Amino acid sequence: MSRTRNNPLADDLLRPLFNTGVWFYLAVAALGTVVLTGLTAWAYQMWHGMGVAGVNWPVFWGFHETNFVFWIGISHAGTLISAILRLVNARWRRPVTRCAEVITVFALMIGAIFPIIHLGKPWLFYWVAPYPSQGSIWPNFRSPLVWDFFAINTYLTGSLLFLMLPMIPDFALVRDRAVGLRKRIYGLLAMGWQGTTQQWNRLEAAMQIMAIAIIPVAVSVHTIVSFDFSMAQVPMWHSTIFGPYFVAGAIFSGIAALILAMTVLRRMLRLHDYLQDIHFDNLAKLLLLMALLWGYFVTAERITVWYGNEPHEMAAFWSTQRGLYSPLFWTMVCCNFVLPLALLPFRRMRIGFGAVVAASGVVVGMWLERFLIIVPSLSNKQLPYTWGGYTPQPVEVIVMASTFAAMALLYTLFAKVVPIISIWEMRVGNQPHPAATAAPEHELPELSKARP
Amino acid sequence: MTAIYALYDDPEVVQRAVDGLRTAGVPDGRIVVMSSEPFEDFEFSHRDKADWLFTVAVAGGVVGLAAGYWLTRLTQLSWPLRTSGMPIVAPWPNLIVIFEMTMLGAILATVVTLFISARLPRRLPRFYDPEISDGYILVGVANPGADADSRPLTQALTDAGPGRIKRIE
Repeated sequence: MSRTRNNPLADDLLRPLFNTGVWFYLAVAALGTVVLTGLTAWAYQMWHGMGVAGVNWPVFWGFHETNFVFWIGISHAGTLISAILRLVNARWRRPVTRCAEVITVFALMIGAIFPIIHLGKPWLFYWVAPYPSQGSIWPNFRSPLVWDFFAINTYLTGSLLFLMLPMIPDFALVRDRAVGLRKRIYGLLAMGWQGTTQQWNRLEAAMQIMAIAIIPVAVSVHTIVSFDFSMAQVPMWHSTIFGPYFVAGAIFSGIAALILAMTVLRRMLRLHDYLQDIHFDNLAKLLLLMALLWGYFVTAERITVWYGNEPHEMAAFWSTQRGLYSPLFWTMVCCNFVLPLALLPFRRMRIGFGAVVAASGVVVGMWLERFLIIVPSLSNKQLPYTWGGYTPQPVEVIVMASTFAAMALLYTLFAKVVPIISIWEMRVGNQPHPAATAAPEHELPELSKARP
Repeated sequence: MTAIYALYDDPEVVQRAVDGLRTAGVPDGRIVVMSSEPFEDFEFSHRDKADWLFTVAVAGGVVGLAAGYWLTRLTQLSWPLRTSGMPIVAPWPNLIVIFEMTMLGAILATVVTLFISARLPRRLPRFYDPEISDGYILVGVANPGADADSRPLTQALTDAGPGRIKRIE
């Protein structure tokens, strides 16, 4: 097979960049409208104050914090999964990595906005930053919110670079095919990339290092998000299991989001030849594994609380098992555990509609899980006279809906300007193997080393 | 700037061309290979390995670690805050900040070194052919010298296998 002009790979994957269908404008208009509505709701909340949100004593964390934890969790879809697959040299990863890494960057951006929305006065955001003591504001490194600042910014920086570095060769490819203004823009983005062996070696070595570095950072981010809760003496929060429980949950929801994104991409961009059944099959298997792990963590957490029988914890516990929040809890269990276990053991389901149904269920279930961690515990703290409830208000619901639209909008725009599947990585996957090279015999094991 | 190069569509031929240029007396450092994808399975793509990049990343991590330690300790000593019975310089919470800054240092050092060593960003040099993006692999030599000097190079590139010889004058 010729590797050059007649290879349709680049043509296929660059088609969305050079051809724009009506659906693109319709999607952007529809999603943009929802995002604008969300921004208007946020402006309304800023103007009238946090009173228009449902948060009030004793539940000061509601939908905004739920969305914060949820979106940070979704962000684990990309960089972490991509880095792991890159390090273990899973060959099937090639079409998946960029789709996944994009989710990370956008989900982190969206997630990181929620603490700012929750501030009520977002222009005072810089108070969280550990800057020198101006205006009697002291940076306190013992606050988990400051840890969030460091962790999320490190992860966002790392993920952004992890996404963007492998895009440079693809930008060069677009540069060489485009004309006019587009050629100049992609020329700037390609930064003068030639594709010399030196540049490839540097890029691949850098990606290998980034993959190694980003995994502990990804784990630390969600562990630190869990510390926002577990460092507080609130019923059912102060638990040593929260770190790994949150990390597992984040990967779980991330894989589900990735399956949904890939399903949409495959259909909208006609990428059936690249996002194949094997990719959905493997991701669905991972989803099933994570469903089992999630079930294990929930059981371990619940049985420990139940067996301990601490009065202040049991109020929060029972409110989720058979009280006000029990419908949400059991819906969560169905979505996160029963549904994946019922659908995903069967290959026919994993490569078909079953994976989409299970992934959709997991996204809903994981959002409910974040809500159920936050609200029932704050509603039922140690002293009964502080007990209260929480009812989300329209502002919070609109802002939440708009973030889903924002995610879809950003993803749509990204897929319009950047090849959503890494072309050069796909080409590497299609390479012929050498019959014989001029390398000395002792170098052959070196040559057969797995590429990152 | 002048150059003589050939475009091939088969990496096996590229390997032969590189070997031919070596035989013709061209030092490894002067042989340029450009492609739209890396060819890890072929020897010619292993000539500029960057194993030292790992050392740079570790050094960046050490700098990040020192910066994190300095930032947390000095801040806490400068503005001592009593928090929940913890010591003024609290090692466990500081460890989190130090860890994040260590990893950030390693990541940034890697990326900065990548850009410097790969000579990015810069204007696209004249020694380039857009056909590389179609999957062709360029093998050539920059500033080959007078015509008489470049004749063995042309021969080496031609002998390697089917390809197209080009020149930049």
